[in-house]
Amino acid sequence: MKEAVIRIKELSKAFGSNQVLIGFDLDLYRGENLVVLGKSGSGKSVLIKCIIGLIDPDAGSINVLGQDVLSLDHQELDHLRVKLGFLFQSNALYDSMTIRENLEFPLRRHSIQLSDRETDDLVMEALENVGLEHTVDMMPIELSGGMRKRIALARTLILKPDIILYDEPTTGLDPITSLEIISLINKIKEKYGTSSMIISHDMRCVKLTADRLAVLVDGKCKVVGTYDQVSRIQDEDISPFFN
Amino acid sequence: MPLLPTNFRIFLRETGEIARFTGRFFVEGLKPRYEFAEFIKQCFILGYKSLPLVGLTAFIIGLVLTMQLRPTMEYFGVEVQIPAMVGVAIFREIGPILTALIFAGKIGSSIGAELGSMKVTEQIDAMEVSGTNPFKFLVVTRTLAATLMLPILTILSDAIALTGCFLGENLYQSLTYNLFFRKVFLNLAYIDFIPAFIKTFFFGFAIAIVGCYKGYSTERGTEGVGRAANSSVVISSVLIFIIDLIAVQIANIFQ
Ligand SMILES: Nc1ncnc2c1ncn2[C@@H]1O[C@H](COP(=O)(O)OP(=O)(O)OP(=O)(O)O)[C@@H](O)[C@H]1O
Ligand SMILES: [Mg+2]
Repeated sequence: MKEAVIRIKELSKAFGSNQVLIGFDLDLYRGENLVVLGKSGSGKSVLIKCIIGLIDPDAGSINVLGQDVLSLDHQELDHLRVKLGFLFQSNALYDSMTIRENLEFPLRRHSIQLSDRETDDLVMEALENVGLEHTVDMMPIELSGGMRKRIALARTLILKPDIILYDEPTTGLDPITSLEIISLINKIKEKYGTSSMIISHDMRCVKLTADRLAVLVDGKCKVVGTYDQVSRIQDEDISPFFN
Repeated sequence: MPLLPTNFRIFLRETGEIARFTGRFFVEGLKPRYEFAEFIKQCFILGYKSLPLVGLTAFIIGLVLTMQLRPTMEYFGVEVQIPAMVGVAIFREIGPILTALIFAGKIGSSIGAELGSMKVTEQIDAMEVSGTNPFKFLVVTRTLAATLMLPILTILSDAIALTGCFLGENLYQSLTYNLFFRKVFLNLAYIDFIPAFIKTFFFGFAIAIVGCYKGYSTERGTEGVGRAANSSVVISSVLIFIIDLIAVQIANIFQ
């Protein structure tokens, strides 16, 4: 039996009359890449924002690394978030800060006791992982979209999280850059043994990263399985992704 | 048929939301962790960096006011009273209101746009997951900095406007600095200065809280950012005049 690091049960969330998630169930196992597939507006971002405590669901439970996210107070949630990385769909780099300050931000804010030297080493290691050491003193605005995505990934990696949630890591990137991001995602899994939940509807990214694949349809998790299993299913909600 | 016209309902709802946002400012602002470093940084950005613009406009207003007053004052034969008159006008009304309006245009819109774009590009969410309370880090620091910086800017702008007035006087006659300021302050009492000074704290607070509210509640999409910046300036400018009106009434009680 595999160990689940994230366990989502019966999750529901509505915005006004817009019912986005309705009894969603899903487990993320240790050390795997789990891709969540779903069409635009189906609630994929809402789902992972619930996991990290940015959105409060209406019903259901979310268990991350043995802790019930919904019952945690602010401080406990902050502690949990150190182990939980999040790559935002829009990168969310702080425009007013340099790349160095962007990367230092989570280190300093999570009140992790580090000397300046150690902080600096961690920043450089994170940048090395994404191959962008030379941008350390630049501003986010000076970088291309793909570079910004890699910096955002470096900022997510800097705390060496046990779990990373990726919100559409390759959307809006050219095929070559998106391939770079895909191989980074796989490299991170190899190097740090991270468990990842990857939101995507870029089928190449899905194929190349997924150990398992879940499809989100009408607020529910319709199927879970390997890429080969899911791609063989004949269903009007699922087949279009694979053609 | 709704009881109230739609626009009026929107107005009421918006007022309620701003009031709630202000309440949250006090609740969150009093609780520790205090973001002292960010507060100082914002004082520098909001205060120091506004000084050139505020100073320039104050200087020009002081100069122009003096030149515009001269024909009328000469007609009545009281041109010696120009410094006294300009002094009262600047300290009681023009200094505070002009500085506040410039501040609203520069700071209100930039806070609205900055927080608005941070909202739509998920930077505020990113702060939250990085162990930071974004409301404290962004809203509380900016609002406190603006509340503190606007009064200081107003005093500086009063002084610069008087310098403009001094120059205006010297275009027509030779007046020493000493004599000029003696004329200005002879007719000034603390009651001219204190209420006008106190109201600038409220101006600064209103400008920042409206800018933060508008930015913080920006809806998805970049056009929302422009709207946030724009309506921050409009709402805070109107608020400045309303606060001014109330402040005058209160000051008159003590007169
Ligand atoms: N804060 C919010 N307030 C109101 N409605 C929201 C909010 N966040 C999301 N929604 C709604 O929830 C639904 C799902 O949004 P979500 O962002 O999760 O979609 P998504 O699956 O991530 O789509 P995409 O692939 O385009 O990113 C949408 O209809 C959206 O309008
Ligand atoms: Mg999304």
